Amino acid sequence: MPALSRRDFLRSSAVAGTGLVIAFVVPRRAEALLAGPPGKKKPLPPPNAFLRIGTDESVTVLLAHSEMGQGIWTTLPLLLAEELDCDWSKIRVEHAPAAPVYAHTAMGMQMTGGSTTTWSEYERYRTVGALARQLLVRAAAEEWRTDAAKLRVENGFVIGGKRRASFGQLAERARALPTPEQVTLKPPEKWKLIGKPMRRLDTPEKITGRALFGMDVQFPGLRTAMVSRSPVFGGTLRSFDATQAREVPGVEQVVQVPSGVAVVATNAWAAKLGRAALRTDWDLGAGATLDTDRMRAEALALSRTAGPVALTKGDTDAALGKAARRLEADYEVPYLAHAPMEPLNCAVKVEGDRCDVWTGTQFQTMDQKTAAEVLGLKPEQVNIHTTFLGGGFGRRATTASDFVREGCEVAKAAKVPVKVVWTRDDDIRGGYYRPAFHHRIEAGLDAHGRPLAWRHTVVGQSLLAGTPFEGAMIKNGIDEASVEGIVDSPYLAAIPARKVTLHSPRPPIPVLWWRSVGNSHTAFAMECMIDELAHAAGQDPLSYRLAMLKGSPRHARVLQTAAEKARWGRPPGAGRALGLAMHASFESVFAQVAEVSVEPEGLIRVHRVVCALDCGQPVNPLGIEAQVQSGIAFGLGAALHSAITFRDGRVQESNFHDYQVLRIDEMPRVEVHVVKSSAKMGGIGEPGLPPIAPAVGNALFALTGKRLRSLPFRLA
Amino acid sequence: MKLVVNGRERDVDAPGDMPLLWVLRDLLGYTGTKFGCGMALCGACTVHLDGKAVRACVTPVSAVGDRAVTTIEGLSPDGSHPVQRAWAEIDVVQCGYCQPGQIMTAVALLATNPKPTDADIDAALSGNICRCGAYQRIRAAVHRAAELKGGA
Repeated sequence: MPALSRRDFLRSSAVAGTGLVIAFVVPRRAEALLAGPPGKKKPLPPPNAFLRIGTDESVTVLLAHSEMGQGIWTTLPLLLAEELDCDWSKIRVEHAPAAPVYAHTAMGMQMTGGSTTTWSEYERYRTVGALARQLLVRAAAEEWRTDAAKLRVENGFVIGGKRRASFGQLAERARALPTPEQVTLKPPEKWKLIGKPMRRLDTPEKITGRALFGMDVQFPGLRTAMVSRSPVFGGTLRSFDATQAREVPGVEQVVQVPSGVAVVATNAWAAKLGRAALRTDWDLGAGATLDTDRMRAEALALSRTAGPVALTKGDTDAALGKAARRLEADYEVPYLAHAPMEPLNCAVKVEGDRCDVWTGTQFQTMDQKTAAEVLGLKPEQVNIHTTFLGGGFGRRATTASDFVREGCEVAKAAKVPVKVVWTRDDDIRGGYYRPAFHHRIEAGLDAHGRPLAWRHTVVGQSLLAGTPFEGAMIKNGIDEASVEGIVDSPYLAAIPARKVTLHSPRPPIPVLWWRSVGNSHTAFAMECMIDELAHAAGQDPLSYRLAMLKGSPRHARVLQTAAEKARWGRPPGAGRALGLAMHASFESVFAQVAEVSVEPEGLIRVHRVVCALDCGQPVNPLGIEAQVQSGIAFGLGAALHSAITFRDGRVQESNFHDYQVLRIDEMPRVEVHVVKSSAKMGGIGEPGLPPIAPAVGNALFALTGKRLRSLPFRLA
Repeated sequence: MKLVVNGRERDVDAPGDMPLLWVLRDLLGYTGTKFGCGMALCGACTVHLDGKAVRACVTPVSAVGDRAVTTIEGLSPDGSHPVQRAWAEIDVVQCGYCQPGQIMTAVALLATNPKPTDADIDAALSGNICRCGAYQRIRAAVHRAAELKGGA
């Protein structure tokens, strides 16, 4: 696949830049070094891929990942600037176009997800900064006919004795220099930015309404479309009557596309009215019988049988038989929608053999490939313009590129530039849910209350079955994403006999990773069950866990920190109780203590959450704090309120009145404690979510004596 | 019909039942006002009519009359309104999609209640959903904005 041309880059930069923009070349040698072990060389990068320094003093950082709230608009420039020593106030940021050079350093495709951005770019963005700095210093040394070693760099200037030159003044000369043979990154004791609280760079546009989201893309000639889709998953269109739809003022075209019928109009309101006036007749197919109560009963029945084995050690059946005490429990979680604040949308303009796509996406490589396939183009003829994402949480990373595919289909059928806009109803009813899961756990304790055996059966849809990732990711019938957080649990490692099996039923419901993926339900089952064991053993939930974590000091330390900061062991006041949970995911360890009360009518209040975490080297503590608050809010909303349910194949929920999420009056006071650590860097965007539901569930048990094993929590 | 938006009189050719949200966004280009739910459930579309916060997604344009419409773009030319300054100082935004609505609601709250308590803030802003869960910093920023307004 040919690389993007320099002209393309300059064109994309013209939006933000002023004056002449001079490019630095990211040298192939350094890039190859960072690309992985020898023998696995990636294609050579095009020039100018990650950084541009302008003669106008601008420093523009191009992001290989998407900003969806998690703060990489600030973190990646921070990494680069740490080495470049530029003037932080001069930094501009842009989303990179879709191109092979921006492939994820670990995943091999351009994407944002899995809480991987910061650790996966930790080397690459610092290296780019260091390379540019070296070129600028050499440019100054050449100009001043002096030894580069005698020069220093400060805040966007190269300084030697009384002479100083700005990056902008040096840019042109630096550009002509050969690329450095090697770079040395600063030792941590010289860091000025990494580890310091840094405010976000995207604030100015986001507090003034200037920030461009996909929904905001407008240009002359762009139409807006809404699509009437099957009322149940997998239905096919028999016929439609657009007579009345076409009479709606502003409606220009009604076209059939594979996903339904698109009403193309001059504005969104006309498209919405036009769509409401459509008459459609669907062959509903097998999806018409979907029913939540029945699926729950089926999952319960399946959980009594063993499925493909995900983990086995020791003789679990025998150990359970010998146990002094045996506990059994069923934990359940529902289907969940991501419901990002910005409903999905995709704008597409096709011109000859070129296509432009504007959308907030987490999955550029798949989207580019998909658009090319729909439009009969080559991927490099498709320009993906990544806008800000009004939330992602996984929904904007579909293996099927569903909303981009549909946008391209509508543009192809209507033969005009068009932005397909989803309403909130379309979003809530549109599938790609976190699947419902059922966990059956049987545990055996010895006479001292210590766990001897753990038999665990998981029932729930695979995220990857039926996708292009199935072959690579599903092994021996096990989708790892369904059992992550169980098979790698440090608690299980401490239980001599353990067996985990998995059933992956395949109802016709589109499912997808939802913030924290499998951990969003496995942490709930694991941490509540461990709590049950502690209570059954008559032991303090903290000491019981710490005894199990003797072989996992990193986890124990985080748990202990959260407990200490929350003053575990001291009663929190009348009518309140504490609950704790520890769960490691995305290479980070998180523990939370929740303080709860229950109002007379059964309303659950979470007042305070103390969170301790070990993510390895923290890069931006201010961003970490925000992401922890965010993960807790997202998980707590689901734990208290959210569920997608089916009757006669129809999704029963449609908007924020019946698919409820957390609001400000339910937001607990969150305290974040980052544990100093030399562990490998882990993620931050997702791992704050999994512990909140079990921490609250465990607190509710401590308060009420009721063990709530199903989400969302219902006390009545 | 005529609308006064951010101090400018604008001619609008729209059906009377068209929500103000789509008039602002699709006909006048004020895209800072966001579409989130279409049913006054999320607050992303919050604008002011004569200084009072309303949900533009359920306000028919014909109901606006001669009341002055203020959108996020009209709050200040450069983000210097005390509420915007507080938002920047507290580092509130995440994805940012809900923030114009949050800010417009906060401005309207402070106009009638210059020193709101946490409970006042929760009550006034409970109609504004933030899926990123920036709520704790939103609370802190409203308090900070109250200080900035009082002290400025």
